[in-house]
Amino acid sequence: MRQLSRRDALALGASGAALTVTGWNTSAFAAAKEAAEQIEKFTGGKTAEKGKVSIELPEIAENGNTVPLSVTVDAPMTADNYVSEILIVADGNPNPGVATFHLSPMAGKAEASTRIRLAATQNIIAVAKTSKGEFFTNQKLVKVTIGGCGG
Amino acid sequence: MAEKPRLKIPKEAKKGEVIEIKTLLPHVMESGQRKDKDGQTIPRKIINKFACEFNGKSVFVANMEPAIAANPFMQFYAKVEESGTFKFTWTDDDGTVTTAEEKITVS
Repeated sequence: MRQLSRRDALALGASGAALTVTGWNTSAFAAAKEAAEQIEKFTGGKTAEKGKVSIELPEIAENGNTVPLSVTVDAPMTADNYVSEILIVADGNPNPGVATFHLSPMAGKAEASTRIRLAATQNIIAVAKTSKGEFFTNQKLVKVTIGGCGG
Repeated sequence: MAEKPRLKIPKEAKKGEVIEIKTLLPHVMESGQRKDKDGQTIPRKIINKFACEFNGKSVFVANMEPAIAANPFMQFYAKVEESGTFKFTWTDDDGTVTTAEEKITVS
């Protein structure tokens, strides 16, 4: 398994020496950075509070081509206070963006499920935005046996 | 190219009930990352947007990236207060729009 932990990524960044790493690791590092950038863009620089968001994923995904993902936000869905957006990023994919869900109060429940592709073992991060401008986040590590991005 | 979407949605519900909706559109969701046997990158072609409306009002929208698996599946919820029609739209990178509609009776 070619795997780059967050700590490794930081170490790489700090040393600035990406010479011995493979192209893959470089791209994984770039993806983690890009994921952080996407989240920052989504929250407008605000810090998302950890919690309220739960991510359901298999602990080990044997096939990265299709991994079931379910996101639930424990928050009311009333006309004046509801979860309006949920951003999902995968910090080890070639493109970290996965999806953005836009909900209206008519959704009744801040929950959605889909199936995603994962290139390697990595963190899935979900950030929820409420109509009042609050942000909540959570993340989950998923181990991937066979990557699902081709190449 | 337009494949027939699959929908799973109740035909009837009680007023104020939160119903579960499942949708799936057969589609390759070509990620733009894969190469063909000559080493040429296969261009990206995905469904980049899915939307669900009820009686003309938005319920759920998903902006999708290539990380969504082939045959994009979406499960979400809707609170129904009146009888009406759900309209689903899938937008392809090439501009093709696939739509589907389903009626529900609310009592």
